[in-house]
Amino acid sequence: MKPAPFTWSAAPTLDAACGTMRAGGRAIAGGQSLGPMLNLRIAQPDRLVSIARISALCGVSETADDVTIGACVTHAQIEDGQAPDIGQDILPRVAANIAYRAVRNRGTIGGSLCHADPAADWVTVLLALGAQALTHAPSGSRIIALDGFFTGAFRTNLTPGEVLHAIRIPRLTPDARFGYYKICRKPGEFAHAMAAVFISKNIARVVIGALGTIPLVLMGAEATPDGVEPAFRSRTTMLDEVTQHMQLTAVKRAFARAAA
Amino acid sequence: MPCWNNDNIYKELMIQVQADLVREKSGVGASVLRKEDDRYMRGQGEFIADIKRPAMQELAFVRSPVAHAFIRGVKKPAGYEDRVFIAADLVGVSPITAISALPGFKRSSQPILATDKICHVGEPIAVCVAQTRAEAEDIAALVELDLEELPAIVDMRAALQPGSLLVHEPWGDNVFLETSVDHGFAAAASGAPIIISKHLRTARQCMSPMEGRGVVAMWEPRLEQLVLHTSTQMPHIVRSGLSECLGLPEDMVRIIAPDVGGGFGYKGILLGEEVCAGYLARHLGHPVRWIEDRREQLTGNANCREHDYELTAYADHDGMLLALDARAIVDAGAYSLYPFSACLEAAQIASILPGPYRMNGYRCITWSAATNKPGILPYRGVARAGVCYAMEVIMDAIAQETGLPPEEVRLRNLVLPSMMPFDNITNKHFDSGDYPEALRRALNAIDMPAWRARQAAATGTVKIGIGLAVFCEQGAHGTSVYAGWGIPMVPGFEQASARLTADGGLELRVGIQSHGQGLETTLAQVAHESLGLPIERIKITHGDTGLTPYSTGTWGSRCMVMAGGAVATACQDLAARIAPIGAHLLQVATDDVTVAHGYVSTGSRHVSIAEVARTWYRRPQDLPDGIAHGGLEVTAGYKAKRDSGTFSYAAHAAVVSVDTETGDIALLDYAICEDGGTLVNPMIVDGQLIGGIAQGIGTALYEAMRFDDNGQPSASTLADYTLPGATEMPRLRIEHMATPSPYTVFGQKGIGEGGAIGPPAAIANAVNDALRPLGVELSALPITPHMVMSALLRARRDTA
Ligand SMILES: Cc1cc2nc3c(=O)[nH]c(=O)nc-3n(C[C@H](O)[C@H](O)[C@H](O)COP(=O)(O)OP(=O)(O)OC[C@H]3O[C@@H](n4cnc5c(N)ncnc54)[C@H](O)[C@@H]3O)c2cc1C
Repeated sequence: MKPAPFTWSAAPTLDAACGTMRAGGRAIAGGQSLGPMLNLRIAQPDRLVSIARISALCGVSETADDVTIGACVTHAQIEDGQAPDIGQDILPRVAANIAYRAVRNRGTIGGSLCHADPAADWVTVLLALGAQALTHAPSGSRIIALDGFFTGAFRTNLTPGEVLHAIRIPRLTPDARFGYYKICRKPGEFAHAMAAVFISKNIARVVIGALGTIPLVLMGAEATPDGVEPAFRSRTTMLDEVTQHMQLTAVKRAFARAAA
Repeated sequence: MPCWNNDNIYKELMIQVQADLVREKSGVGASVLRKEDDRYMRGQGEFIADIKRPAMQELAFVRSPVAHAFIRGVKKPAGYEDRVFIAADLVGVSPITAISALPGFKRSSQPILATDKICHVGEPIAVCVAQTRAEAEDIAALVELDLEELPAIVDMRAALQPGSLLVHEPWGDNVFLETSVDHGFAAAASGAPIIISKHLRTARQCMSPMEGRGVVAMWEPRLEQLVLHTSTQMPHIVRSGLSECLGLPEDMVRIIAPDVGGGFGYKGILLGEEVCAGYLARHLGHPVRWIEDRREQLTGNANCREHDYELTAYADHDGMLLALDARAIVDAGAYSLYPFSACLEAAQIASILPGPYRMNGYRCITWSAATNKPGILPYRGVARAGVCYAMEVIMDAIAQETGLPPEEVRLRNLVLPSMMPFDNITNKHFDSGDYPEALRRALNAIDMPAWRARQAAATGTVKIGIGLAVFCEQGAHGTSVYAGWGIPMVPGFEQASARLTADGGLELRVGIQSHGQGLETTLAQVAHESLGLPIERIKITHGDTGLTPYSTGTWGSRCMVMAGGAVATACQDLAARIAPIGAHLLQVATDDVTVAHGYVSTGSRHVSIAEVARTWYRRPQDLPDGIAHGGLEVTAGYKAKRDSGTFSYAAHAAVVSVDTETGDIALLDYAICEDGGTLVNPMIVDGQLIGGIAQGIGTALYEAMRFDDNGQPSASTLADYTLPGATEMPRLRIEHMATPSPYTVFGQKGIGEGGAIGPPAAIANAVNDALRPLGVELSALPITPHMVMSALLRARRDTA
């Protein structure tokens, strides 16, 4: 299929992009999710505004405590180490397991979060890592903890005209451990199950993705090897037994990886 | 006598004939690099979507969103009346009917555009014409459909229940055809100490060549001809079918299949879209083009492979299969597709289910069921992937019951080399070979004892399993095989034209189509074998009804045998035309010369075929009257010495690991020992095997088009219809045996499909071998992680 008619323009600046989006334009970053939706006519925007070349969205920065990655940095750039890592090679390794290289060359970390596919790697991983979304709108900028950013499957709380500017991810402290496991049969296939585990002195967090809805975030006592199962089962009674089992296996293996 | 210039002949005599060397490098048996790859690798292939014509417009089809409905009305959007065409606009166009002469067959009539009833999702209802495809789709989105939806008939077993709703009301049931054979079943089965029953299912699949279908149609006023470029495997068959539907004589239709990006059976069909495009090109006065997209391919066009088997095997304690009783259903979808019909698949099941095994009794009833799904086509291997799976599950079950190793059961039941040629229980004539040896070599290749040891040692969550499959593959079916089925296409003599050019090149014209098989190379090798002309000077023209002799096209692993045989025959006939000219140039009697290696020779004297050509075309004054008046161009027909088909065969051995907590299956090792007779080009044969295996892995583990209760297909992109990719391919160990067929020109056998036939059986058996100790046996394809986990959890509950 071919997309319904639309106009396309490249925004030179963040504010220009916000302006076009306020006027009904739809942002396009790598186009790896929006492109297929346009072709299938699931999305029929009149106006597309490309944000991929806006320099403010393509940069990276770091402090002693965290790493900030521009929304339009691609999976491939992260895979190749062009963005600073938060430790333990976590970000490059996650990036390298998204789809295959052709998709990673264009797909962006910000696009992945804004698309908010429940089975997307960054959505689950960055929730576990306690990342924040930095947004920009003419009315002002916001910093939103990621678990407040997603409002449902394929939904975020970005307002019309608001752009995801960057993602801020805390560095791993020496005591912190992270493990991630996704179950899928081939690269680029929708994951059957995925889980990320983050444990530090003060925080225990388990995120379970690919549930068809926003990932489940378990904290504290529920985010322990023994605590997860009852917490997960009680919250996912609508899932069939097999899916539950696979998800719990992903959790177990994520814990094992965190311990390794 | 004309003047005779001796200089040339002496020059020729000076040349040392190096033909034997050349022959070794490029004749039959040489792994010649593919001639066609140069243009493909440089991106210079010309596929349908590369063809542009002035004033060409694009087509988009309005397709049914529902599976089963009465059409109350179709409303063209205001202002677009002349851009939208519905059934009533196609004046004089007939529906597609693919009949079978088998008794009891019920015919379906497949409208070019739906008239009063919809029978599956994706069925074309209207067609829109515009400058671009996007604009055509914009118009299509405005067409209003008034449909009265009916409950859909989705499951083949339910469709066969008395009282089921009907796909075609006048039939009274949902059965295209029921067949029944009984070869001494009762006597052979009686008293058998071991009786095993299995119920097996295979999924509906979407054949997925890289290039989908596509048509560029134009009317040529000068030739008074409809010229239709289409991505097809069978241009001549499409011409016949199209002519019938459009009511045009065949000489007014020319079909050209340019470069075709894969077929596998998906392009062995006459499409309603082709008929539509042909009609519009003729009546609109400008060319039109339709390029199928993935969504159309996945949701609207032909599917394949959906079988249901109820099998009961009768065996003795020595592991000998005594008799087999089978009930098989094929979900044939809504329409009988042209030319293979809705019943070829089931008819094949009945005749090839016994596989490479001996048995004394066999009974099989088959049903070709109609449902509200797209019709089916024979996909690479046709019914064999399913029957091989069914039969090999039975072999493993006998092994279980008798306690014999699975390989031993097979070795005891396989047809033995001393019995060849062998007529099996369904009268299939196995031409040659050593089936048990193929199995032994495959077992050797994977090192069976080593894997058994690793399997026994495997503790923890990952289990190991080994699975086997042995099958034979009938190829190049001849007249006698197809005549019985009485479908619109019965292969007869395969033809080839051979023309020597004035400068000593060779042009070959064949009616088949090469779309990945490398026939531009292998047919040149055959011609080189016969005449010895350099392979670079041999040009193959194929896939064009205007330029090539009639052929049923490329299907059923037939081309190397049939078109290869036809090319060899044409070259021999051409040699007979070359000989008298050469003899005259050498001043000896025709009986005293031979034509080979690029020369006409007598004793130690030679004249080149190029010189013969030059003389006949450019200096006819050098020849006496009455020599070779037929010229240096011949068309020859070929049939194999026996037309019941060649039988290549293979043994596959698969080793898998199964993660018992995720259901994930990995292929750890995979070996194939195949006997394709004389291999014309071993490199190309390996390519055919590897590609086939990839598709077989798809059947085994990934591919399924599921439908919901309303007949809605569950996948519309390749993100949800999962195909195996490069990362899912294991390293393959390929071994060859080469038992020549006694019936073909070089002993070659058809091998195009074998790769796709074995993997479902071998892999399914391997998975079951891994899981059996845990109390799990799976009986449906594809084997998905969800299916594995679901069975494992059930087994754990049952034992808890
Ligand atoms: C074949 C294939 C396989 C894939 N496999 C995987 C996989 O294994 N794992 C995985 O996680 N993902 C996978 N993806 C998705 C991929 O990661 C996409 O890159 C990602 O989902 C979207 O990023 P994008 O830059 O392409 O966004 P786009 O497609 O350009 O945009 C997506 C959406 O986000 C909006 N948007 C984008 N950027 C912003 C912004 N800065 N501010 C506000 N709105 C914005 C757009 O308007 C649009 O609605 C796959 C995609 C494909 C095509």
